[in-house]
Amino acid sequence: MQSQTMLIRFELNGKPVEVEVSARTTLADCLRHQLMQTGTHVGCEHGVCGACTVIVAGEAVRSCLMLAVQVEGQAVTTVEGLSREEALTPLQAAFRKHHALQCGFCTPGMLATAHALLTEDPEADRARIREVLSGNLCRCTGYIPIVEAVFEARAAYVDKSAKA
Amino acid sequence: MKLPAFAYACPETLEEAVALLAAGAGTAKALSGGQSLLPTMAFRLVAPSLLVDLRKLPGLDRISLGEDGVRLGAKVRWRDIERDARLASAHPLLARAVAHVAHYQIRNRGTVGGNLAHADPAAEMPGVAVTCDAELALTGSKGTRVVRAADFFLGPLSTVLADDELIVEVRLPAWPPGRRWGFEEFALRRGDFALAGVAAYYDPDAEGIARNAHIGVIGACHRAHRLARAEAALNGRAADEQAILASAEVAAAEVDPPTDLHASAAYRRALVQTLLERALLRAAS
Ligand SMILES: Cc1cc2nc3c(=O)[nH]c(=O)nc-3n(C[C@H](O)[C@H](O)[C@H](O)COP(=O)(O)OP(=O)(O)OC[C@H]3O[C@@H](n4cnc5c(N)ncnc54)[C@H](O)[C@@H]3O)c2cc1C
Ligand code: FES
Ligand code: FES
Repeated sequence: MQSQTMLIRFELNGKPVEVEVSARTTLADCLRHQLMQTGTHVGCEHGVCGACTVIVAGEAVRSCLMLAVQVEGQAVTTVEGLSREEALTPLQAAFRKHHALQCGFCTPGMLATAHALLTEDPEADRARIREVLSGNLCRCTGYIPIVEAVFEARAAYVDKSAKA
Repeated sequence: MKLPAFAYACPETLEEAVALLAAGAGTAKALSGGQSLLPTMAFRLVAPSLLVDLRKLPGLDRISLGEDGVRLGAKVRWRDIERDARLASAHPLLARAVAHVAHYQIRNRGTVGGNLAHADPAAEMPGVAVTCDAELALTGSKGTRVVRAADFFLGPLSTVLADDELIVEVRLPAWPPGRRWGFEEFALRRGDFALAGVAAYYDPDAEGIARNAHIGVIGACHRAHRLARAEAALNGRAADEQAILASAEVAAAEVDPPTDLHASAAYRRALVQTLLERALLRAAS
């Protein structure tokens, strides 16, 4: 069967994008193969590893379990949108300080998940952080440094939500 | 694997969605959160010709509380249940059971309707629906019918839904104050599907005698169902340790668990006994 193709528009990391996708293209593949944003990683392609996590309309989602056509009109943030030119963000700095990555394969998903969590719940305690990160697999770090990094980054998000 | 090819439609009304499913004659499938359907397609276990995305259908994402209980629209997500502070008292069993479903990102997308339609025997929501005598409202080309949860599930991934029917709502009867309840499950990792789980409640009378016991099982079964003999072992007795252990022992004999690569039937049977003991002890305390 021929897959139907559709033209979709959405906002990617603050910029409008327009892309022709086939209906069967997942958001992950659209980002990586068509928009060349390869920061988002694909581990399992069926929803168990969390490497592909991106943020759609403020919520963390698995981009391998969403069709690209479903983000029409929405704001999508990927790991590329979570860094800035001049210096490390507080979340990046905390990951570096705590050695919260080794091979780095899981890291884009960890960062997107942590950013979404701390944005909506900057007071998340260690138990909540662990619960949320349970949806992201890491073969290297043993998780403790990641939990510590996310816990430390909370301060930056508390300030941000106080300002807002 | 990549998803098999399909056509995509995103209707704006329930009528249109039903018409598209009817025209698909069994080869079209509804797409709600996609958290069960897309993995199943990635495994090439199903290859629908058309996906009918429900995301634009209005009015299906409400949680309403009333005299007659809790109504959940088909598109209510795990996230919405988790964040609705009213449910902790309006339906504590629902709130507790849903806390066990999947992971953060999946909970942001996965819906009640999709979960019930998928009919995984280990899923929490069918267990709650069956245990609580919930009703499901189904809309198809011929109109809307209401089905008891106990009659809805036929077996693993199998329900009474017709090809052109959508779940629109699940209705959980009102939760009386004073009800005693427990929910326990065992999964290998947090958020995984349960190897076994139990939901249980009873309404103690003025003398503390257990009445109206409802005990349901997930995971250790081919579809979520109630355990009539375990309920009978509890009904009419003071819910003390002796009665609880007796009911749990009956439950272990009553279930018919599958053996698969995750666990043997005997192991699941033992889990049911332990989990029901814990659930009822918690209920009684
Ligand atoms: C890694 C992982 C872990 C998970 N762990 C759990 C768990 O522990 N417990 C648990 O319960 N679930 C778990 N899930 C499944 C998750 O909860 C799904 O979101 C849910 O089962 C299906 O809901 P959905 O909205 O995503 O449905 P979809 O995937 O969109 O659809 C599922 C099926 O239902 C049909 N459908 C969808 N909506 C309707 C409707 N309104 N009427 C009729 N048919 C409809 C579809 O055609 C499809 O056949 C897990 C999923 C993953 C990927
Ligand atoms: S690639 Fe999406 S969850 Fe693994
Ligand atoms: S750092 Fe290697 S998988 Fe997490």
